[in-house]
Amino acid sequence: MVELEQIQQRAQDAIKTATDLATLEQIRVQYLGKKGAITDFLKNVGKLDASQRPKAGQAANQTKQIIASWLQEQKDVLSQQALQAQIQQETIDVTLPGRGQQIGGLHAVTKTTERLVSIFQQLGFIVAEGPEIESEYYNFDALNIPAHHPARTMQDTFYFDDGRVLRTHTSPVQIRTLKNQKPPVRIIAPGRVYRCDSDATHTPMFHQVEGLWVDKNVSFADLKGVLQGFLNTFFEHDVKLRFRPSYFPFTEPSAEVDIWRGSDWLEVLGCGMVHPNVLREVGIDSEEYTGFAFGLGIDRLAMLRYGIDDLRLFFDNDLQFLQQF
Amino acid sequence: MKFSEQWLRTWVNPSISTTELADQLSMLGLEVDNLLPVAVDCQQIKIGFVNACEPHPDAKKLSVCQVDIGAEDLLTIVCGATNVCQGIKIAVAVIGANIAGMDIKPTTLRGVESFGMICSAKELGLAEESNGIMVLPEAAPLGTSLQDYLELDDTSIDIDLTPNRGDCFSIQGVAREVACRNKLTLTPPEISPITNTITTEHDVNIHDFVACGCYVGRVIKNINPDAVTPIWMQERLRRSHLRCIHPVVDVTNYVMLELGQPMHAFDLAQIDKGIVVRYAKENEKLQILNDETITLDSETLVIADKIKPLALAGIMGGLHSGVTSATTDIFLESAFFNPVMICQKARQYGLQTDSSQRFERGVDSELQVKAMQRATTLLLDIVGGEAGPILEKSDSKTLPQTQTIMLRRDRIHALLGTTIDDSFIVEVLTRLNFNIEANADGWQVQAPSFRFDMSIEEDVIEEIVRHYGYNNLPTHIPKFSGYLNAVSESTMPLSRVRHLLADLGYREAICYSFVDSEIQQLLAPEIKPLALANPISQDLSQMRTTLWAGLLRALQANQKRQQASVRLFETGLRFVPQDNELRQERMIAGVASGWCLPPQWSVDNKKIDFYDIKGDLTALFTLLDKQDDVNFVAAEHPALHPGQSCKIIVNDETCGYLGALHPRLVSELNLQGPVYLFELTSNVLTKIPLPAYEAFSKYPMITRDLAFWVAKGTSFAAIRADIEQNAGELLKKLEIFDVYYEKELESANKSMALRLTFQHSKRTLVDDEIQAVVTAVVSSLQKNFSAILRD
Repeated sequence: MVELEQIQQRAQDAIKTATDLATLEQIRVQYLGKKGAITDFLKNVGKLDASQRPKAGQAANQTKQIIASWLQEQKDVLSQQALQAQIQQETIDVTLPGRGQQIGGLHAVTKTTERLVSIFQQLGFIVAEGPEIESEYYNFDALNIPAHHPARTMQDTFYFDDGRVLRTHTSPVQIRTLKNQKPPVRIIAPGRVYRCDSDATHTPMFHQVEGLWVDKNVSFADLKGVLQGFLNTFFEHDVKLRFRPSYFPFTEPSAEVDIWRGSDWLEVLGCGMVHPNVLREVGIDSEEYTGFAFGLGIDRLAMLRYGIDDLRLFFDNDLQFLQQF
Repeated sequence: MKFSEQWLRTWVNPSISTTELADQLSMLGLEVDNLLPVAVDCQQIKIGFVNACEPHPDAKKLSVCQVDIGAEDLLTIVCGATNVCQGIKIAVAVIGANIAGMDIKPTTLRGVESFGMICSAKELGLAEESNGIMVLPEAAPLGTSLQDYLELDDTSIDIDLTPNRGDCFSIQGVAREVACRNKLTLTPPEISPITNTITTEHDVNIHDFVACGCYVGRVIKNINPDAVTPIWMQERLRRSHLRCIHPVVDVTNYVMLELGQPMHAFDLAQIDKGIVVRYAKENEKLQILNDETITLDSETLVIADKIKPLALAGIMGGLHSGVTSATTDIFLESAFFNPVMICQKARQYGLQTDSSQRFERGVDSELQVKAMQRATTLLLDIVGGEAGPILEKSDSKTLPQTQTIMLRRDRIHALLGTTIDDSFIVEVLTRLNFNIEANADGWQVQAPSFRFDMSIEEDVIEEIVRHYGYNNLPTHIPKFSGYLNAVSESTMPLSRVRHLLADLGYREAICYSFVDSEIQQLLAPEIKPLALANPISQDLSQMRTTLWAGLLRALQANQKRQQASVRLFETGLRFVPQDNELRQERMIAGVASGWCLPPQWSVDNKKIDFYDIKGDLTALFTLLDKQDDVNFVAAEHPALHPGQSCKIIVNDETCGYLGALHPRLVSELNLQGPVYLFELTSNVLTKIPLPAYEAFSKYPMITRDLAFWVAKGTSFAAIRADIEQNAGELLKKLEIFDVYYEKELESANKSMALRLTFQHSKRTLVDDEIQAVVTAVVSSLQKNFSAILRD
């Protein structure tokens, strides 16, 4: 028994001084292994008196359990220390920037276009497209703008030698659509338009979105509702508007719409009820169907929305500008 | 058109402020562009009389004046103007006045004390330029402020007239609108016929009444050549931005502004027997009032005498027959010219004049005689003389006919979405001089002769709603018809492609669709681009045949602004003329140059190369589920590096190019290379297949790696095709994971390392069968490419 006490004492000392898991394992083998001290002791139990054998066996098992529990305790301590050390070692500066590719971005005009398209889609409008080099027929004649009419000079037109023009507005898409599709028609046609004009507030190319709704019983009140609703949604607040009488050969009555900017009015779009001559040109009975159309300056809307003060920035493609959107 | 508010208010004077008036005009469709004061504040500018004027004792250019401003003492004022002299009435800025930011104080000039300043018209904001001090009429009341004398509490209103409103190109027209809006009665000046005191007539012969539907002429003899335009008329003209030229010309301009009828005055002495309104002879020359000599064509209408052209009809008078200070006898013209003809000719000769602007929009065809009477009255008052009889030649058949229009209540409601009271409609149309007659459905309406723009019911409805106010109409979202729009799942919206490129690190650019010829010549010399007939500048003169033209210019500009890495893309049309056709194709294009990644720590960065851009395109094709249908085939392009360029073929159709910008172009365009480009037609890209589910294998995959040497020129595509052909359908995936170039050896070989993944759809594969496949693959590579297997 004294022997067991000695084993236990030695094991305790060894476990206490072990500083790593490998040493601890050696200690386990040394005391509890197949050739360990306890096993040795048990081998000698057979030599004892029969009456003492159970007691000695019991004591040996007890010692074994005690040592095993010390080993486990020390193992927990050392594992914990090792984990702590690992964590310590692996601690990084989380404020260093992340790695990888930087994402790019869309142009402010495209962002604005996508936004307005999604708003009009809620009202059932679909997107239509047309060519940018147009015949005079689609850009002017079919829109009730005859040759040698002062209205042709309202827009400074870029011409080609063969008489074709760069479209001065997105309105030709109205004609192209109505020639292919019978009412009801609800389209918007965003795109590039061109006018022979260049100064601080005009660029020779800019963007418009054309809207057209032709159906039975469409009135000017509907036009007002759609535009007011659109602008409120676009700007995310109620926008103060005024509809000012104006003139476009392809609408009658016609209006321009101004937005109140807090101190003054800014013109943002032209609109009106589709002129009966335009409907006649595309074979629609203007007694049965009425419609409205509008043309809205996308660039101007983007300027208002994002606080851009110079139209020309849109087409300079300076990364310092593009990166802001 | 610019005009004086005060003048307008002599016709109609609503009790509203200037800004309210301006708002009203804008809301009537006569958009006010600008409100400008007609002068500086002239309250402290007094009318004075130069009692004495002596040379300054010490300064040659100065005079010392004794000026009477109606006060007890004379003011001593030193003046530097050369036209100052004793006995004239002048405008004096007295002590305490402020002229253009300058306070007038007593001051000493070369030893002489001066108590005020004698002003020029320019200093008072009464003229753009002036030569010396302003000399006032003798009758100007001494001591009165200039503000009161010239009635300078006025505003010059500038309205932007739409082309349909020729009728508002006059005080009369604007006044009519204001009167209707405010329910007031117009108070026009009284115009009474002046009977002739002499019988001199000038014969008028019109060759084409379609071009000139009415011509009214009158001779006035013995006018006073020394007469001056009265200051009230000078001021009204000035406030309407018309220069004073000669009393006769001023009167014709005045009548034009007042009534809207352009008029012309000829020097009778320069007219050779009678007036002929005829077409010019081909190449006939005419020197016009702006000194220019123009060459006429046979479709140009001129006012001529028996021998020579005198004026470009309705646009500009001739210099030779114009009124001068020596003129004593005049011939006055008041006519109606065809609007289309005037519009065409004014544009052809590049002459937009006050007269042509009015004629092309349409002058009231019933106004000619009235205007002649008004002008005669004013002329006799101002320049005196004796008037001959009025001679009128016209053909009413060729003059614009007013339409009879049916105006239906139902139509008004349908168009506006609301009902407007009958009484309102009747009142507005009556005030606007329409003839109206009620009937069961509404009214039968006849527009006045000055409203050319009235031809259909909608035109009349617009008149009503203009005065009713668009803002008083209801506002509502229309009811939907019961249908849903088609939504295709086999079309990828272009916006999705844009978003992908943005997410891959590209910034979207928007470049002009017209570019300079130089870059286009460099990039696509084989295409003859479409040139604008009237470009805004040479830089923007040709329609782009490739989006690269704009993108490379943008790259250039950004590199100049020290951007080390640039990735840009654009979508838009290119314009390619081909076999008398013009293709307007929507393209997606990109340019990339600089570093692969943004600067970052502990990562080996490298310059962007071909494969980075190819990877971006692969991502694009993956998005579109087209990666299996795409082939990148080495091909040359004039803009691209011959060793680093390829065509992109989708479903056997070439849809674009990818490559490095040709090193020659890199240096010619002063770029920092290398630069990589791609351009694809978007219609190929936006069509996508609908996903179709296929059952997939649940059995394990087996991989085999192969590494071998082949000649440097061997393409991966060829190797892949060979392997795929030999591996059969068990091969599920073929990946290349290393390419290595052997530098030292003469043979210049390269090593490729491939990973082949096999899988069976219905069972587990065994090693032996894979080994057989690999052996077949290897032996084919050995045979076809002399491949040498590496260990």
